[in-house]
Amino acid sequence: MTVHNIRHGDASDGALAEVVGGRLSRVDGPAKITGTAKYAVERQLEGLAYAVLVESTIASGKVREINANAAEAAPGVLQVLTPDTIISLRTASDWFGTPPPDKPYCPLARDITFSGQHVAAVVAETFEQAVAAAALIKVSYDETHAIVDLSDAKAGDGIPIDAMTKEWGDAQAAFASAPVRICAAYNTPREYQAPMEPHGLIARWESDRLTVWEPSQWLDGMARTYAEWFGVPFENVRLVSPYIGGGFGSKALALSHGAVAACAAKMLGRPVRLVMTRPQTFTGYGGRAATRQTVTIGADRQGKIQSIVHRGVNETSIDGMWVEPLGSVTSIMYATPNFSSKQNVVRVNSVVPGPMRAPGENPSAFGIESAIDELAYEVGIDPLEIRLRNYAEQDPEAKKAWSTRQLREAFAAGAERFGWSRRTPEPRSMRDGNQLIGWGVAAGTYPVRRAYGEAIVRILADGSVEVESSSIDMGQGTYTILVQTAAETVGVPADHVVVKLGDSRLPRAGVAGGSRLAGVMTGAVHKAATSALDQLIGLAISDPRSPFHTLQANTLVVANGRMSSPRGDGPDVSISELLKSVGRDHIEATGDTMPANSTPEDRYKNYTTIAMALPHTEGDYSRHSWCAHFIEVRVDEDFGTVRVSRVVSALDSGRLYNPKLAESQWKGGIIMGIGQALLEEGIVDRRHGRIVNNNLADYLVPTNADIPDIEVISVGIPDLHSSVLGGKGVGELAIVGVAPAIANAVFHATGKRVRDLPITLEKLI
Amino acid sequence: MRDFSYLRAGSVDAARQAAALPGAMLFAGGTTLIDLAKCGVAEPETLVDITHLKGLNGIELSESGATIGALAKMSHVADHDGIKSRFPAVSEALWQAASAQIRNMATIGGNLMQRTRCPYFRDPANFPACNKREPGSGCSAIGGVTRGHAVLGTSEACIAMYPGDLAVALVAFDAIVHLGDRQVPVDDFFLLPGTTPDKEHAIEPGEMITAIEIPGSASARRSTYLKIRDRQSYEFAAASAAIGIEFEADGRTIRDLRVALGGVATKPCRARAVEDALKGKMLEPDAVRAASLLAIEGAVDHGANHYKLELAPRVVARAILKMGETA
Ligand SMILES: Cc1cc2nc3c(=O)[nH]c(=O)nc-3n(C[C@H](O)[C@H](O)[C@H](O)COP(=O)(O)OP(=O)(O)OC[C@H]3O[C@@H](n4cnc5c(N)ncnc54)[C@H](O)[C@@H]3O)c2cc1C
Ligand code: SF4
Repeated sequence: MTVHNIRHGDASDGALAEVVGGRLSRVDGPAKITGTAKYAVERQLEGLAYAVLVESTIASGKVREINANAAEAAPGVLQVLTPDTIISLRTASDWFGTPPPDKPYCPLARDITFSGQHVAAVVAETFEQAVAAAALIKVSYDETHAIVDLSDAKAGDGIPIDAMTKEWGDAQAAFASAPVRICAAYNTPREYQAPMEPHGLIARWESDRLTVWEPSQWLDGMARTYAEWFGVPFENVRLVSPYIGGGFGSKALALSHGAVAACAAKMLGRPVRLVMTRPQTFTGYGGRAATRQTVTIGADRQGKIQSIVHRGVNETSIDGMWVEPLGSVTSIMYATPNFSSKQNVVRVNSVVPGPMRAPGENPSAFGIESAIDELAYEVGIDPLEIRLRNYAEQDPEAKKAWSTRQLREAFAAGAERFGWSRRTPEPRSMRDGNQLIGWGVAAGTYPVRRAYGEAIVRILADGSVEVESSSIDMGQGTYTILVQTAAETVGVPADHVVVKLGDSRLPRAGVAGGSRLAGVMTGAVHKAATSALDQLIGLAISDPRSPFHTLQANTLVVANGRMSSPRGDGPDVSISELLKSVGRDHIEATGDTMPANSTPEDRYKNYTTIAMALPHTEGDYSRHSWCAHFIEVRVDEDFGTVRVSRVVSALDSGRLYNPKLAESQWKGGIIMGIGQALLEEGIVDRRHGRIVNNNLADYLVPTNADIPDIEVISVGIPDLHSSVLGGKGVGELAIVGVAPAIANAVFHATGKRVRDLPITLEKLI
Repeated sequence: MRDFSYLRAGSVDAARQAAALPGAMLFAGGTTLIDLAKCGVAEPETLVDITHLKGLNGIELSESGATIGALAKMSHVADHDGIKSRFPAVSEALWQAASAQIRNMATIGGNLMQRTRCPYFRDPANFPACNKREPGSGCSAIGGVTRGHAVLGTSEACIAMYPGDLAVALVAFDAIVHLGDRQVPVDDFFLLPGTTPDKEHAIEPGEMITAIEIPGSASARRSTYLKIRDRQSYEFAAASAAIGIEFEADGRTIRDLRVALGGVATKPCRARAVEDALKGKMLEPDAVRAASLLAIEGAVDHGANHYKLELAPRVVARAILKMGETA
C-alpha cells in the first residue's frame, strides 16, 4: 500500500491545478524521481529465496526428460521444480469469469507449443546460484514440426470467429459495381509491450493465506486467479502493487510465472522472488498478435465510399485463444451503405498473444486509414478532404447517435496548426536536399469502456481527506486525479488529500485497461466524497454542538478546508474544528457506482472479471474517443531512413481530468506509434520458431533522438454519457492512427506505399 | 552467471600475468563482458580488473599523431578537442556509438575487443551451433535471420558482422594497436573468420592492449564518420563509412583518400579499391558514386542483408561528397 501526499505541485499551474481539470503535477513524481518509490519486487523479506525459470528451446513437441541432477547438487539450490515435482493447481476461470473446466493446471509444460515455454524452475538461496543452477538443467525433447507464423504453409486459413462478423447492405455487389475500387493487404508484425519494469513477483504463504507483491494492472482480477489456482477463498489472497513500471496491457492477468513462484513458495515454506529476464519478457507472455488485413473499398469518382469489404487474420497460439478485433475501426470510421468484415484466427507455435495498447483498434486503423489514403490518391482528392466527405454522422454499425464526436473539430484544429493547406498533393513534390518530405494524416478512435468502481473517502480529525481504492497507478496518473477529485468534491486543498492505492485489501476496482480506470474511479471517488461531504454538512446543521446549529441553514459550503454558510452570515470554521466541536474523529463514506440492486455476487464479478463492463453502445448512444494525427516525415532518398520531423495531433477524450497528464499520455501513445511504424518487430527464426531479437538492443523502440516536438491539442467536450465527470478514454487513443499517418506521409514523400510494418530502410531503398 | 574470482591488478605486468591464466579475462568498462556473461557466452573464472591501472587513460597529441590509452573512456575521447580537430572521424564514430551511459563506462581497449551482435552467438542455450563460440559446431546464422550479418569477409564457417564504429575510423587512418611492447597495425589486429572464427584478434593470452596510436595526416584532419541505421541513436550501423580526404593545392584533385566500411563486413574493412579509383581524380559526384560501388566488390549476401549491397556504396558516396563540399 502506498500513500501519496502532495509535497509540491507545479508552481506555474497555480491554485486551479488542484481541482478536476487542473494541471496538477504527478503526486507520485517526487518519490519516483528520488528513488524512494519501492516497486513490488524490491520488497525485502526475511528468508527470501530466488527462483529462475528454465524455458523450452524447441517450439513444438514433448519434453522427454528433465535431468536436474547437476542442478540439484549445485551450491545454494533449495528446489528444482519440474512438471513432475510441482504441486498441482486447478485451472482458473478466464477474464470473463467463464467457469473453468475441472482439470488440473500445471504452469510448467510437458507439451511444448512454443519456444520459451516454462518447463522447469530452480529455487536457490541467492539469485546468482539459481541462475547458475538453471543453466545446468538438461532437457531433452521429442521435437515435432512447428507452425512458425501466419505465412507458414501449414498455418492454413485459420478458424473463423463468427462473433467478429459485421455486415450490412450488400458489400460485395456494391464493390463490384463501384466506379473506383481499391484493394490492398496490410500486415503488422508481432509487437511487444516491453515495459521498463520486467514482470516478476514475490510470493509468500502464511498457512493458507497468500500475499503476492507483483506489478499489476488489476489486483482483484489477479487475486481471483491465484485464489482459483490454489483453491483458497478470494479473501485469502492479497495482491500488493504500489507502483507499476509500465504495463501497456501486459500486466493485467496473473501469468504462469506467477503460478510457478507461488507454488515454489508454498512447497518451500519460504517467500520466493521470481523476476523474468528481458529475453523471457518476449516469450513468457504475449505481445500484440501479428495481423493481416485486406481492405477493399468501392467508391464513386468523388471519393464517396459505397462499400467496404474487410478480411482480417490474427495469430493465436496452439492451445490458447486471442482475438485481435481487426474490424473495430473499419466499421465505424466512415459512413458506408454497404459493409462486410470477417475475421479468422490462425494457430501458430507462439505464446498466446495478449492485450497491448489499443488491441484491435490499433492494427484495424492501420488497415482502413492506409486504405482511405490510397483511395484519396486514386480519385485525386486531398486525404483530409476525403475523410470529411465520408464523415460518419452517426455510428454506421450500431446506427446510433455518437455521444460526442469531435473528430471534425480535430481535423480542423490539427490541419490549421500543422499548416496542411500548404501541402502539395503530388508524391515526391516536397524535398530538402537529399531528404524527401512527406505529410500524412490519419484518424484514430477508441471505444469508451465503462464499468463500476468503489472507493472509501474519509474526512479525518485534522481536516485532511483520505481516499482508498485497490485500483493502481502505472504512470497514467490515478493517484493524481483522485487527489484532484476528492479535493474538489470535499472542498479541501489538494495537499490535504492522501490517496492509497495498490493493495487488494482496499475497496475494490476493476482492470486498469481499455482506458477505463480514470472514468470509473473519478466517478466512485466523486460519489464517496459527495456522501462524506453530505454527512459533514448534515452533522454541522443538525448536531446541537455544531457552531452552525443555530443558523437554521438548510445547506452549508466547504471550500479550502473551511465550512461557512452560502450567505456568508454565519461562522467560518475549519473542518478539523467542526469535527472537534461535534465530537467526531472522522467521517467515512463508501461510494460505489454499482446499480443499487447489485448482489454481492454481482460485485465480485464486476471487480474480478470484465463480464460486467458496459458495452460502449449501451442505450441510445455510441461512445468513443477520437483523434486526428498530422505527421511530417523526412526520408533520405539514398538510405531509405525515415525520420518523423513534426507531429500535430488533435484529440477528443471528452473532458480532461488533468490536461497535463492527458497530454503526457497522448504523447506517450504517439511515441509508441512512431516505434510501431518504424522500428518494432519480433523477428522469428523460421527453422526454430523462436524470436531472435528478444532484447532491447535488438528489439528497437524509439530513443529521444527519434522523437520530434509533438504538439497535442484537446478538442474534447464533456461527455456525460461516457462517465460521471464527462471524460472519455485517454491512454490508448493516441497510438491509434499514428502508424498509418506515418505510412501515408512516407507515401507522400517517396511514392512508395509500405503496407507491412515496420517501415524499415530496406523497404524504401 | 556462475561464480568467479575477482582480482584487481596492481600493474600492467601483473594484469598480463593474471590474464594468461586459463579462464581469466580482463575487465575494463564491463559493458561487453557483463552482457556476454549474462547471455551465458562469457564464463570467466577470474576477472582481472584493470580499471585502476595508472597511466592508461591519457590522450596525447603530438606532431606525428595521437596516442590514446587503453583505459580512456569512449566519451572522453569523443569529446577531446585535439581528437575533434585532428581526427573528426574518430570523434564522430565514438559519438554515434552505443548510448551516453555506455560511452561513459566503456574503454577504448574494451571497444576494440567487443564481440559480434549475431543473435545466435549470443544465445547458447537455444543455438548450440556457433563456430565462433564452439569451433566446429556449425553456424546457426546461415539459413536463419541474417538482416544484420556481414556481406564482406564472410566464410562458410561464420558470417557474423563486426559491429563496432571506432575501429572503422582507426582502419581508415592506419592506427596501430599497442600490446605493451608489441605493435600491430589495426588492420592486422582484426582477423577474418576464415576457418577459425573463434579467433577474432591478433592478441595472445597474457597480452593486453595498452594504447592506440593514430598517425596524424591531412586526410585524418578532413574526415567524417557517417553511420546509417533505422533508429537515430543507440543502434549498430546498417552501414557506415569513415572517410578522410586530402586535396591537391587546386582544392579539387584528390591527393589522398581514406575509405573504411562498417556494418557490412566481418571486420572493420578498408575499401582500397574505392580509394585507388579516385586518387588523382577530380571530385565529381558521378565519379564518386561509380567508384563507391567498388566498396562492395566481392560481397555475398544472405537474403535479408541484401540491402547492405545497395546501402553501403551510397553511404560511402555521400560521405565522400560531404567532405568534398567542405573543400
Ligand atoms: C546495447 C549496446 C549497444 C552498443 N552499441 C555500440 C555501437 O553502436 N557502436 C560501438 O562501437 N559499440 C557499441 N557497443 C559496444 C561498446 O562500445 C563496448 O561494449 C565497449 O566499448 C566495451 O568496452 P568496455 O571497456 O566496457 O569493455 P569490457 O566489457 O570491460 O571488455 C570487453 C572485452 O575486452 C577485453 N578487454 C578489455 N580491455 C582490454 C585491454 N586493455 N586489452 C585486452 N583486452 C581487453 C575484455 O576481457 C573483454 O573480453 C554497444 C554495447 C552495448 C551493450
Ligand atoms: S555467424 Fe558466426 S557468430 Fe553467428 S552463429 Fe554463425 S558462427 Fe556463430
